This record gives sequence, C-alpha cells and structure tokens, in this order.
Amino acid sequence: MDLTFNAEETAFRDELRAWLAANDPGTAPHGDEDAHYAWRRDWQRRLADGGWAAVHWPAEHGGRGATLTQSAIFYEELAAAGAPLPANVLGLLLAGPTIMTWGTPEQQERHLVPILTAEEIWCQGFSEPDAGSDLAALKTRAVKDGDEWVITGQKVWTSMAQYAKWCMLVARTDADAPKKHQGLTYFLMDMEQDGVEIVPLKQITGESEFNELFLDGARVPDANVLGGVGNGWKVALTTLMNERSGLAFFLQVRMRQMLDQLIGEAAERGLLEDPVVADKLGELHLRCEVLRLTAYRGLTAIETYGQPGPEGSLTKWMWSDTNQQLTQLAADILGPEALTAGAPWAFELLRARGNSIEGGTTEVLKNIVAERVLGLPRAGR
Amino acid sequence: MHFDLTEDQKEIKRVARELLAARSSWARVREAAEAGAQYDQALWDELAQLGWPGIAVAEEHGGQGLGAVELAVLLEELGYACAATPFLSTAAAAAAIQAAGSDAQRARWLPALASGEATAGIGTRALCADGVGAQVLVLLDRPSGEAVLATPNDTDVALLETIDPTRRYATVSGGDAEPLGNGGAAAVAAGDRVRAAVAAEVVGVAQRALEMTLAYVKERRQFGVAVGSFQAVQNRCAQMLLETESARSTALYAAWAADAAPERLPEAAALAAAAAADGGRSVTASAIQAHGGIGFTWEADVHWLYKRAQLDAALLGGARRHRATLTALAAVRVA
Repeated sequence: MDLTFNAEETAFRDELRAWLAANDPGTAPHGDEDAHYAWRRDWQRRLADGGWAAVHWPAEHGGRGATLTQSAIFYEELAAAGAPLPANVLGLLLAGPTIMTWGTPEQQERHLVPILTAEEIWCQGFSEPDAGSDLAALKTRAVKDGDEWVITGQKVWTSMAQYAKWCMLVARTDADAPKKHQGLTYFLMDMEQDGVEIVPLKQITGESEFNELFLDGARVPDANVLGGVGNGWKVALTTLMNERSGLAFFLQVRMRQMLDQLIGEAAERGLLEDPVVADKLGELHLRCEVLRLTAYRGLTAIETYGQPGPEGSLTKWMWSDTNQQLTQLAADILGPEALTAGAPWAFELLRARGNSIEGGTTEVLKNIVAERVLGLPRAGR
Repeated sequence: MHFDLTEDQKEIKRVARELLAARSSWARVREAAEAGAQYDQALWDELAQLGWPGIAVAEEHGGQGLGAVELAVLLEELGYACAATPFLSTAAAAAAIQAAGSDAQRARWLPALASGEATAGIGTRALCADGVGAQVLVLLDRPSGEAVLATPNDTDVALLETIDPTRRYATVSGGDAEPLGNGGAAAVAAGDRVRAAVAAEVVGVAQRALEMTLAYVKERRQFGVAVGSFQAVQNRCAQMLLETESARSTALYAAWAADAAPERLPEAAALAAAAAADGGRSVTASAIQAHGGIGFTWEADVHWLYKRAQLDAALLGGARRHRATLTALAAVRVA
C-alpha cells in the first residue's frame, strides 16, 4: 500500500504544474454562456499546443499515454489551478476513445485531431424523452436510403449541441430485432444540416447547458457508421464505460474547493464556534475525503485487475449526494445572501440538483450496485 | 499510488479469515458472551502462539516487526468474526507503546504483550475495553489528546457490564497515570493509532453485517420472491455497502498514515474514527432491519455485531468530536 505518487507520477504532476503556472487560464467570463464557452475553447487550444489536451490518449494520437493515476492527477491539478474543463470534453473523453476502439483508420484520421484541438466540438445523442436511464428503449430511427441513412426522432439532454459539429448518435436500424438492445447502430452525425434542429432546454438555474435535438430527415453517409450496422449497443457501452472515470477527480477537487470556501466564509462570520455548523462542515470534510480515497482505491483496482472493485460504483453517488449537502449547508450558513439571484452559491445550490440525475440517477445507480455488485436478484420493474 | 493491500497483506487476511471461521463460529462467540463476557481462552492462546498480538511490535521486543496496516488487516478479521478475545486492546496498546513509549516502557511491556502473556486495556476511565485482568492500560481521556499508561496496581479497575458481552469492559478510577514516552505529539499520535485500530475492527464488523444480510435477503422469500429483489431492501443494502467501504477507505488510510505519513495521521485518524463510529452503527442497524423479525431475535446473531459497533463507537468517543477535529484542521488550512 502506498498513497504517495511514484517518481513517474510526481514528474508528470510537476511538469503539469509548471505548465499551468506559465499558462494562466485567466478568469472565467461571468454571466455570458457563449463567452464562457469561447474561453473554454481557447483554453483547450492552449492545452493542445502544450500537449495536455488529452493526456489519456495514446501518443500516436497526440496524447501522452497517461495511466489512470496520471489522468486523475491531470484533472486534480486542472481544478486546483482554477482552470476550466476543456471545451470539447465529450469529444476528448467519449467520442475520441470510442472512435479509437471502433473506428476505421479513415474515421480515426478524419476525427481525432479536430477533437484534440477543439476545432470540432462533439455532443452525445443518446438520451431520449422516453429513454433516459433505459437507453435501449430509444426510438429514434435510421432508415437506409442508397448509401445514406435517414434519421428521424428526438434526443434530449444534449449538452453543447449548440456548439457541436458532430454528434455521437445511437438510433434504431432494425425495428424487428427480438430484443430492444439489438438493432441499434452508432452514427457519427454532422450537426450542420437542415434535418437537425436544436432547441435549448432552459434548466432550473436559468441557464441552458442542455438542448433538445429534433431530427427530421437528417442524413448520415454509410461511411459514418461506427462499429458496424446493428452493433450500436456495444459501441454505446464503450462510450458509457468511459463516461464516469476521468471527470470524477476534477469534480471532486472542485467540490473540495467549494467546501474550503464555505469554511472560510463561515470562519469570517465567526460561525465555526457554533458546534452544529462545525459538525456539519466536519461531515462534509469527511465525505469529501472518503470520496477522494475511494476514487483512488477504484483506480488501483482498475490498474491491478482491469476492472473496478465494489467501491467503484459508489463514487458518483457519493459525489452527487455530498455536493447537494454542501450547497444546502451554504444556504443554511449564509442565509439570504446565498439565495440572491445571481449569487454563485445560489447557482451551485440549483445546479447540484442535477448531479443526482445526470449520468445515471442515484436510484438507478443503487439498483446497479445491488444487482451487479451485491448480487441481489433483479428487482421487479 | 497503490491503494490496496500488498500480496503479503492479502495472504495475512486470507489466513486470518480461514482460521477464525474454523475457530470462532457464532456458537463459540455466543458461548463466551452468554457465560458473562468471558473470553474464548483457547482461541486467545492460539492467537498468542501465532504471534498475532505482536504483529506491529518490533522483533527486538519479541514482535513480528510488521506495521499498522498488517495490524488493521488482523483487526478487521477479528471484527468480522466478532471474536471474544482481548486482541484489540492488547495489540493496539502494544502498537501505541511501540510507537511512543520510552525505552523502559517498551522493554517492560512489549515482550509480554507480543507473546500474549500479558493483556492490555484501551479506552477511557469511563469505558475501558478489556480492562479487567489487563496488566497495563492505555488511556485516552486527557484533554490534551495524549495517551497515558496506567496499571491496575495504581488504579481501581471494575467490571462494567455493557450491552456487548463479546468483550469485557471496565471502568477505571483513582490512581495516577504515567506519560507515554515523553508525552507530547508522539503520545497524541499513539492515541490516534489506537483509534485507527478500533476503526479497523469496525470495518470487519460492518463487512460481516453486510454479508449476513445479503445472504439472508437472497434466501428469505415473501410474496413469492426473495425479499432481496425489493428495491427498498436493495437500496438499504447499497447504502450498507457505501458505509462499509467508506469506513474501509478511511481505516486503511489511517493505518497507512500511522507508519508512512505521520504528518497526515491526525486527520486520517479523525476521518477513520468518524466514519467507523457512525458507519458501524448504521450498517449493523440496517442488518437487523433487513433480517426482519428474525433480526430482532437473540439467536440470529446480527445483534452481536450491532452491540459491538455501539461499544466501538463509544470507545472512539463518538463521531461528533472527530468531525469537530476535521473542521478545525480544515479551518487552519483554509485560513
């Protein structure tokens, strides 16, 4: 057991820290979503120039072949430096690795570099109004027309669609398949065409991170099928397996920073003397540390055994729960000040409600833990 | 970064699990408990012969020269078995004396504790685990946080009957205690080592409660199906796993920090103590609930785990004081 970084990991961290020190991301533009996104896009270009945009990608594709631990270090350091996530985060974490796994040499040649440089932004067209946690229930159809596919249907919760050139789209190509997860195909869909309509979804924060996507006769050439017709479920699983590993460390450090800020604000108000406040802050400190430690245990398990241990399925649940408690406590401690329109804490309080829904609801995560980790019989649904 | 047991440590764990499964069945635990908080003397003799109490004691003092992580591994397994022995206190006291004791204290106590010839008690004057019959006590109730040593010759040790008869508890009154080594930071750290040891035991208690519950809810049928297929039961089990793993992450961290990163021990021990004190009680309470009516019966055995978790939480001083420590540490860092 060794909870320190080895020489290679330390060297990686030090090189990154030096680069981050020399490359200040600057202050986030406030209150203007487009300006904020442009800032992140510029930030990714700088990361790419420095060779830091996709550390977990293999060197042949412009990455550093980073280990999972180094990847975790990357996200921790990024957050610690106050830098944003790269603009094309879905391309870097999801589309890129999926194309590397399933793409033809031509597809890899075409797509990987623009993902890396943020020249082409990617979005993810998986969820539908009636297929959220239950992805295989999706209804969007793709019908063959010559050497093209014609897509009809609706996607929802599509983040960054307004900036995206490409969409990872899963659609049903065989409505007669005996099981619902069969007959799906994974497409690389060009967003810039008439058959694609993007409607922003205004969320409870007032912002629009997410969109609805209306597909009415959108066309995708055969060459943009990824992983073969009818193989969409497997390809989509590759995307989903990538989804929860990298970001966890960024989010966890951000949460830690928010907690430290709250402790600071409580101290300024003399509230640390209040045993109830101190107790609640201590509980959050504990939860943040448990999350960090458990996430590292998960990394070791994957590095050692190739798959996460029982603790691996817990971190997303722990994070969303803790973030919600943290932002609620901020409202308790700071009072109306934290609830004023436009206040950062007000935004965080509202945004945190999405944490236990996005990327797998806590309810479904608990089912997954019960059935796949604890081996309990499948629940009646 | 490698946050997992080494192969050697896993081997210790495997051997301990097997030995205790063979020697310390629920029938044996119940027998000792029902006889009035007696110890399983045959088991204790065997553990002593195997050198377990001295696992974290230096070889020069008759121990095995291993560390806090190996001790935590054994403690988890003894907690898992809910074994009726003075192992926790004896091994934890030995680790504390090894880490912070003076040369004279080490020479006086370590060989006897490592061989199991002497046993120790740990805790406070109000609640001292394994205090009756112990030759030396490591007490943790100084406001300064420093662990101190006392002996039954100087103090009055009286049996305290608690709800947990799988262990003998005592109160300690009167008399003087002597500083551990020169006192100060090293003696505070020794207290942290003791709490880390208790937390490690709780991990095993919680793990056993979880496993018994899973086995039961897979087996028990109502309305024509296994009750483990009900989502409310499943969610409870998932929560038990979360709390057990939280306790495990922090207990391992504290054990590692004790030897490898002493500067992190104060925080790590507070994390482990807080997670264990609350988590152990919550997981074992859930075990009773998930067992339904059976869980409320004497014969179902899950109650031993619940009782042990309650007393361990009390030995740790409860979670709240450790959460206060964590906030204080964070406030210093943030300021």
